[in-house]
Amino acid sequence: MTTDQPHSSLAALLASGAPVTGHRPWPRCLVDRPAWQLASAQLAAGHWTLLGLWGEPDLVHLALLAEAEGTIGVLSLACPDQRYPSIGQTHPPALRLERALRDLSGLVPEGLPDRRPWLDHGSWPVSQPLAAAPGPPAPAAAPYPFLPVEGEGLHQIPVGPVHAGIIEPGHFRFTAHGETVVRLEERLGYVHKGIERLLAGADLAGAAKLAGRVSGDSVVAYGLAFAQAAEAALSLTVPPRAQRLRGLMAELERLANHFGDIGAICNDASFALMHAHCGMLRERVLRLAETCFGHRLMRDCVVPGGVAADLKGTGVQALRALLAEIEARFGPLIELYDNTASLLDRTVGTGILKPALARLYGAGGYVGRASGRGFDARKLPGYPPYDGLSFDVPVLDAGDVNARVWIRIREVQASLGLIEQLLAELPVGPIAAPLPAALAAGEGMALVEGFRGDVLVWLRLGADGRVLRCHLRDPSWFQWPLLEAVIEGNIVADFPLCNKSFNCSYSGHDL
Amino acid sequence: MAVLLSLVVQAGQMALVLLLAPLLTGLVRRVKARLLRRRGPPLLQPYRDLWRLLCKEVVLAENASWLFRATPYLIFAATWVAAALVPTFGRGLMFSWSADLIAIIALLASARFFLALAGMDIGTSFGGIGASREVMIASFAEPAMLLIMFSLALIAGSTQLSTVATYMASAEVGLRVSLGLALVGLAIVALAENGRIPVDNPATHLELTMVHEAMVLEYSGRHLALIEFTSALKLLLYVSLIACVFLPWDLAPPGAGPAAWAIGILAYLLKLGACACLLALFETAIAKMRVFRVPEFLGAALMLGLLGTLLLFVSRSL
Repeated sequence: MTTDQPHSSLAALLASGAPVTGHRPWPRCLVDRPAWQLASAQLAAGHWTLLGLWGEPDLVHLALLAEAEGTIGVLSLACPDQRYPSIGQTHPPALRLERALRDLSGLVPEGLPDRRPWLDHGSWPVSQPLAAAPGPPAPAAAPYPFLPVEGEGLHQIPVGPVHAGIIEPGHFRFTAHGETVVRLEERLGYVHKGIERLLAGADLAGAAKLAGRVSGDSVVAYGLAFAQAAEAALSLTVPPRAQRLRGLMAELERLANHFGDIGAICNDASFALMHAHCGMLRERVLRLAETCFGHRLMRDCVVPGGVAADLKGTGVQALRALLAEIEARFGPLIELYDNTASLLDRTVGTGILKPALARLYGAGGYVGRASGRGFDARKLPGYPPYDGLSFDVPVLDAGDVNARVWIRIREVQASLGLIEQLLAELPVGPIAAPLPAALAAGEGMALVEGFRGDVLVWLRLGADGRVLRCHLRDPSWFQWPLLEAVIEGNIVADFPLCNKSFNCSYSGHDL
Repeated sequence: MAVLLSLVVQAGQMALVLLLAPLLTGLVRRVKARLLRRRGPPLLQPYRDLWRLLCKEVVLAENASWLFRATPYLIFAATWVAAALVPTFGRGLMFSWSADLIAIIALLASARFFLALAGMDIGTSFGGIGASREVMIASFAEPAMLLIMFSLALIAGSTQLSTVATYMASAEVGLRVSLGLALVGLAIVALAENGRIPVDNPATHLELTMVHEAMVLEYSGRHLALIEFTSALKLLLYVSLIACVFLPWDLAPPGAGPAAWAIGILAYLLKLGACACLLALFETAIAKMRVFRVPEFLGAALMLGLLGTLLLFVSRSL
């Protein structure tokens, strides 16, 4: 497929379909099968990036990004017979999304070679919980066949879902040749909570709470994404003070997580000193979040329309003091990292993600940026308050663990700068726009940059203001598969290091 | 009378290593925690842990053979005897005359042999990974250890530790390059043999990176208690060995009375404390190395041992 095709631009393809009114801020169009297949081909050719794939009982939606033209849009294909042409057969990033969609909604991807379930492990009380009529529970958990690996001297190492440390559950099946990993296959879905089913029918306030509980480390990112989607659906304008407070929260969350990650990566190389110091900085940020916004993780602080509570009286001074403290203490830590040869020996050259793969999967966050993909939802599509702030998005090409550490270090510095700018100009005014008295039906979508990457939320509100359908897509969907690619050829003992440098979300992915 | 005294010294030594081993482990953990600006567990925590494990029931895998059950006792006995052979506070050890440095290495090697077998006995993948890594490390550590011992034996004229310690404390030693090389080599071997950073991390929770811990992952209850006790004893053994050869001061001479013993014990405690602090400091300042770097690391110990021995030959023939 080349760019000379008739609908080579996403905007043109969207214009050719039947537009759905009331979908904001980006267009959604009902398309036919040829247009769907064209999009599939464009994805496979690497012209567009897959943002998400989800379904309703007789509709399947495909969110796309054409980075070159700066267009975002959603294609919807009606599938009254519960079947749609698989995107995953030609574009692997969609594979797991389609498997999950079949488990949740019962929509069958035609031509998808992988028929195994993904999220459904056969222990749910119903099957296909998001279908029009959920099916009966699976009679018994069927065995899950892992992809076969053949060769002499290979052995398998099953790891998890219960691990020796206190981490989230996931199963990793290694096939190793001595110490060298030949293949890794992940199996996830152990922490499926049924959030999308719970969201259907919830009122706006309840839904915002649920959305904030998808992944404990991305409370603000999810809260913000849901709020932006709801505001788009309701055509609400958020007051400037609320926008800047949201920016503060998002950057505090990014700081806390990046500190935690930098320390934890070093700790997986048994360098506990960085872990201890970064842990202290993380704790400072969390405590400050509690001082400023009333909750360490800032849970339920972002609500549709604005923020729930204003910055506490001494918040600005406390934030400035924190900035000064971090700037004083983070510099020596970077130096310590950069001067510890034994640590660099572990991180440099380990777990290299090739830029082509990062681009194909549309990997967001530090995973993409360490491999040359500079996408940042704060820049493109951009949303307030970031459109009025200046900050750099660091990009490296090495793609190894060291590069992912350095992206985090640079992002910490960028976040410090952002907080400074936000504090410099904190307008006075209301902190939330009142929700309209008569709620109306509408559809909204938002793309928000969490610490891990871009979080996508798509939302349809009914005429009574209740949520009809809400889909939340974690950045980890496009990062977990890359971890499988990254570990190939590395040694088994380096997996924890690679895994921690990715730090994908189990909870956000399993939903 | 002399026989009786040395018997008392030997018995005291056996009791002392048993008593002090968990304390040393606790001290290293405590110092490491302080260096990381944490409060750290109490010094006596390892004793409590051992007691807790002893009180717990043993959970055995269905396909565990007698080897799996017998191994904890075997390795504990072998390591205890080996630890009792290293002079700690006095030189007049009774067993010293029947078992020397070579015997210590052999005892530790047999303990490891059984532990590696037990790791593979159950057939879990982690046991296998741990055992194969442990044996790989041992295959580099043991020759290095033997060469270091040769160069010590050449200097002191004996492989008996009591004699070596006596010689090292005397004025005849002087400053020798070979001794320095042997000390560095012995320290490297000690780190590897005890599964310390940078070779292994005794505190890790990452099952894929474990060496020693992966081998013993399936042990529980009193078996695990014995294995942990053995690890503590082994650490004490290596520290005592380094102290006895390279810090041989204030060791009670054979036939000395309780006063000399008391001084010896006090000096020994100080040496242990110093070594524990050094170990904790070193472990805090360095990251763990890749599994495949370990042969290079231990190869350095081997070369140091070889160099030390060669230098001795060269300097003698001249």
